[in-house]
Amino acid sequence: MLSYILKRLALTIPVAFGVSIVCFMLVHIAPGDPLTSVLPPDASAQLQAEMRALYGFDRPLPVQYGLWVLKTLQGDLGVSIATGRPVASELGKALGNTLMLAVLATLIGFLFGCLFGFVAGYFRDSWIDRLASFVSIIGVSVPHYWLGMVLVIIFSVQLNWLPATGAGPGGSADWAWDWVHVRHLILPAVTMSVIPMGIIARTVRALVAEILSQEFVSGLRAKGLLDFGVFRHVVKNAAPTALAVMGLQLGYLLGGSILIETVFSWPGTGFLLGQAIFQRDLPLLQGTILVLAMFFVALNLIVDIVQSMLDPRVQRA
Amino acid sequence: MSAAAPALTAIAAIEKSPGYWAGVMHRFRRDPVAMAALIIVLALVLMAIFAPFIAPADPYRSSMIRRLRPIGTPGFPLGTDELGRDMLSRLILGGRLSLLMGVTPVFIAFFIGSAIGITAGFVGGKVNTVLMRTIDVFFAFPSVLLAIALSGALGAGIFNGLLSLTIVFVPPIARIAESVTTAVRKIEYIEAARASGASAFRIVRIHVLGNVIGPIFVYATGLISVSLILASGLSFLGLGVKPPEPEWGLMLNTLRNAIYVQPWVAALPGLMIFITSISFNLLSDGLRSAMDIKA
Repeated sequence: MLSYILKRLALTIPVAFGVSIVCFMLVHIAPGDPLTSVLPPDASAQLQAEMRALYGFDRPLPVQYGLWVLKTLQGDLGVSIATGRPVASELGKALGNTLMLAVLATLIGFLFGCLFGFVAGYFRDSWIDRLASFVSIIGVSVPHYWLGMVLVIIFSVQLNWLPATGAGPGGSADWAWDWVHVRHLILPAVTMSVIPMGIIARTVRALVAEILSQEFVSGLRAKGLLDFGVFRHVVKNAAPTALAVMGLQLGYLLGGSILIETVFSWPGTGFLLGQAIFQRDLPLLQGTILVLAMFFVALNLIVDIVQSMLDPRVQRA
Repeated sequence: MSAAAPALTAIAAIEKSPGYWAGVMHRFRRDPVAMAALIIVLALVLMAIFAPFIAPADPYRSSMIRRLRPIGTPGFPLGTDELGRDMLSRLILGGRLSLLMGVTPVFIAFFIGSAIGITAGFVGGKVNTVLMRTIDVFFAFPSVLLAIALSGALGAGIFNGLLSLTIVFVPPIARIAESVTTAVRKIEYIEAARASGASAFRIVRIHVLGNVIGPIFVYATGLISVSLILASGLSFLGLGVKPPEPEWGLMLNTLRNAIYVQPWVAALPGLMIFITSISFNLLSDGLRSAMDIKA
């Protein structure tokens, strides 16, 4: 077990290193001088040189990268060009909001995905299977930002039941688990849950169908085990993979929340990214992408380790 | 002897099996869902190609006095947008950029990714390690995040959008190509070809390519729907296509504030993305089962 964890960890380090290089290079692949967004167009040559030295853009790239990594490891992600505030503090609050939304969406998606997947896999090739498969293919094909708009049209504009945007009174600062705030969470979370629902339903359907076709199931049935008993075995065999898919989906939602957060003006990391892009605030863009990507790398590692604990067969693969 | 030769060719002609692709075609034609998806995709492609001839009005001509008309307005069957432009014409024209932005990255990534994956899988060893570990780094980003990071840094524009999306789709295709090629390489007839003195290039061209390109192609078709949603998503965020060009994602963005006035007109561009994306998905599923590919 421990050797597997160490091996997996050793594989993660070069990936994390590569991810940091990609994030670092983001500022440098941007067209034009990164300083143009801070400086007025008529800035003197001397001021330009001073600012360049201040941001460290006058050093060679590997040196810049080294200094940047050192600063990042100390929790310093630089200063937002647009607001002048540290990127790390802007990110902190937003990350919490996105995490809340993504976790809730993953749970909803997992619940319904498992339900559809189990039913479809259990009654394979019946009309229930076709219906469940159709629902899951809609889940993976629908442009979720459009689905968000349609839900807003139905539940906010037409029925006026739920708010269309925002995170409730006080914006992102004062979140509380009461109806006034939670009702803002419903539409974005439901919209977001459609993607993991579709993917988990497809995975679980394939898993259940595969497990049911194995010989030990016929053996169990031959021994007189009732459907419920068989069901228990199916769950036990399908759970590790289904949970792993769920973990990865959480990562995808965290990284891909920008479109849904834009539709609902949800004050999370995606909204922050949208602002960074709109204002060409490269330090904010870079910091947010780095944190989200590292989150995803860490999540991948955790998912693999947890899966190998639940299902030791994984270690051999 | 000379009399037996025509008889032999006649037997060969009778016993010639219909072939793999004929079987695939046969199975595909008997799948009603896949056929329906194929017809919709073809119709969308034709619509995009002949858009200027089909569109009933000028998609760029705006008018302040006929803004946001509802669906069913005489002369404007699908209403007008926030600048008074004909929605039907803009939706028809919009298919051009949306399809182009969605399909092109997967198409280019199919070639680049296959080349990387097949090389890594066939050569193996250090080459494999270097190529695949590099691919792993890009795999470590959620696809939406990578697309937005790259096009966010590069800035808006059709070319930057295409470039970012291509970079997003190379890693998954390369990974599939690598695993399929590694599996094929271990089959004995490759060993036999090598033993009989065939060059590496010849082995890849004759023995490997034919076996791996099918699965990679099917996998790539499955990515088109993701790519369409992502490409329109970039334009929806103000990256990708710039106004006043008609593009479904961009139209959805500019019509967002109109949901309080003409909600169903505002939702139309998204419906087009949805129809396109689900058709490509069903088409890909149909191909997959017709070609009997498990992965």
